[in-house]
Amino acid sequence: MSARAGLGIQRWTPLSAAAVAGLGTLAVALAFGPLYLGANAVDRLTTLFIYVILAVMWNALAGYGGLVSVGQQAFFGAGAYAAIRLSSFGVDVYFALALGGVFAGLVALALSSFALRLRGGEFAIGMWVLAELFHLLVNLDRLIQGETGTSLIALNAFGPAARRDYNYWLALAVMAGLVALMFALLRGRLGSSVQAIRDSEEAAASLGVRVLTTKRILFVVAGAGSGLAGTLYLATSISFQPATYFGVQWTAYMVFMALVGGLGTFEGPIIGALVFFALESLFGASGVWYLVGLGATAVVFALYLPRGLWGTLEERFGVRLLPVGYRVRAREPAAGSRPPRQEGTSRDSRL
Amino acid sequence: MIWLNQVIQGVLLGGYYALIACGLSFMFGVMRIINLAHGDLAILAAYLVWAIVDRSGLSPFVALAIVLPLMGALGWLLQRALLERSLRAGVLVPLLTTFGLAIVIQNLLFLQFGADTRSLAPAIGDLAFDSWSIGSQIYIGHLAGLEFLVAVLMLGGLQLLLARTPLGRSIRAIAEDPDTAELVGINSRRVYAAAAAIAVMTVAVGGAFLGMRATFGPYAGPAQLIFAFEAVVIGGLGSMWGTLAGGIALGVAQNVGAQISPNGFLIAGHAVFLVVLAARLLRQRIRAAP
Repeated sequence: MSARAGLGIQRWTPLSAAAVAGLGTLAVALAFGPLYLGANAVDRLTTLFIYVILAVMWNALAGYGGLVSVGQQAFFGAGAYAAIRLSSFGVDVYFALALGGVFAGLVALALSSFALRLRGGEFAIGMWVLAELFHLLVNLDRLIQGETGTSLIALNAFGPAARRDYNYWLALAVMAGLVALMFALLRGRLGSSVQAIRDSEEAAASLGVRVLTTKRILFVVAGAGSGLAGTLYLATSISFQPATYFGVQWTAYMVFMALVGGLGTFEGPIIGALVFFALESLFGASGVWYLVGLGATAVVFALYLPRGLWGTLEERFGVRLLPVGYRVRAREPAAGSRPPRQEGTSRDSRL
Repeated sequence: MIWLNQVIQGVLLGGYYALIACGLSFMFGVMRIINLAHGDLAILAAYLVWAIVDRSGLSPFVALAIVLPLMGALGWLLQRALLERSLRAGVLVPLLTTFGLAIVIQNLLFLQFGADTRSLAPAIGDLAFDSWSIGSQIYIGHLAGLEFLVAVLMLGGLQLLLARTPLGRSIRAIAEDPDTAELVGINSRRVYAAAAAIAVMTVAVGGAFLGMRATFGPYAGPAQLIFAFEAVVIGGLGSMWGTLAGGIALGVAQNVGAQISPNGFLIAGHAVFLVVLAARLLRQRIRAAP
């Protein structure tokens, strides 16, 4: 094969390097947000950051790992509950919020041996049942006062303005950290392994991929990330009602964002979160019709645009802004022939 | 005696779970998909029956006879418009589309019928509260008994349909291997659509009974889906009589749990489901180990 010598594996393109640099600049610019943004904008952006976290976490599980969970609200609620509990023990409130995420990650670790052996629909509804069970168990804690709920009173030590800014910075930092972590994980060996598992667990295992360990890492990171999103949401809303935090609507939002943005692409869920955020700002006030629209849009995307907005663009134009995959390209294209641009399979040669 | 009564009531409640679960089990057995809108279809049927009863004063059983073919047609349409395309796209897409559909159904029901909970109990007169008494402390409600009987008949009917009829033969062939079934002249699209229609009709019966024995609201579907799924999994996925056994196990666990603590009803049900699932996984691992 004479052409073989002319082929190379490309991971970064000038465009994607520019995109990452641009995102870094944006993150720095956002870090100074409270200095030049109004109070309302700071609040809304905090919510957007939480949505981005949720979407990226769910997409990592479903889009890369093939694990469709209808129960990620279990971690969202568990993180918030742990923060309330720890704060009631006298732990510093912002430290308690961070520990809430750690707790959610530990819960995911504890569940992983069981949950990750379930397949397809069993995993989907099994996670949902776990979320329902957590909800019921949290209600048993007298501190929570059943469905009445309670508040993170310790946050009142900060004035509303200071709290708004702290929450914003915390959410921005957690989002940036989690997105960077997920990018590093999915670009590395784990990303290739987990996609191989998604496509065929048996084939991946036969190639030496450690199936359960790989899935477990993803599941625990996604659990901790969803838990942190829960504690951030708690920091912004202060009140904790179990039915709100353990509600399946969180998963509905995650499904929507990941599907519309592009399931199984890295950029997709971020774009999906932006779309969801925009739709919520525009139509959220119309209540039930808005929810009907969300559900219907999810169905249409699942059926007719399964790669979502970003996945479709990516396919058509070959653009990668945050490249986690591999692509085969000719190093020096021969005269008159266009370089092959299609993405190679993303299997890692080391596996 | 109070414990024995709870167990008996649990067995009867299991009849309801079997009723609502058999369509889920049937659909999984044939198409290998789990319909996340299953519970919402039951609630939709309950509302349709309620609307007919409310406007015409007919008996809920007559109204159910009118609703059944409608729900069958809806099942057919659902398969043709939504599930068929999802099935081709892999194992995850059906979960996503039916989850989206569930949200649409719930919120449309809310828009049409409002947030008030409804019940069909006022429309069935004495049947709602009459009971047979056994000894002095155990009562078996007529409605609960009828429900259990209908569940047994429906599961038996589905079993007979699968075992004895040409349609059942085609369904089994397709469940085994769709491509080979096509080769020997089975039209898989039609068989799948017929199976979906049957499954949704059984859900309608479950929904009607839910309406007669309790109250329901537009967002009651997900809970029914979870109960149905728990019954199906406890009994073993895809097995008809297993679904009845699973429903009974779930109902008994819930009623015994309720006797222990007010929160125990749901917690005990979920716990039994998770324990059975974990035990099954453990057994698989032990068998797989050399």
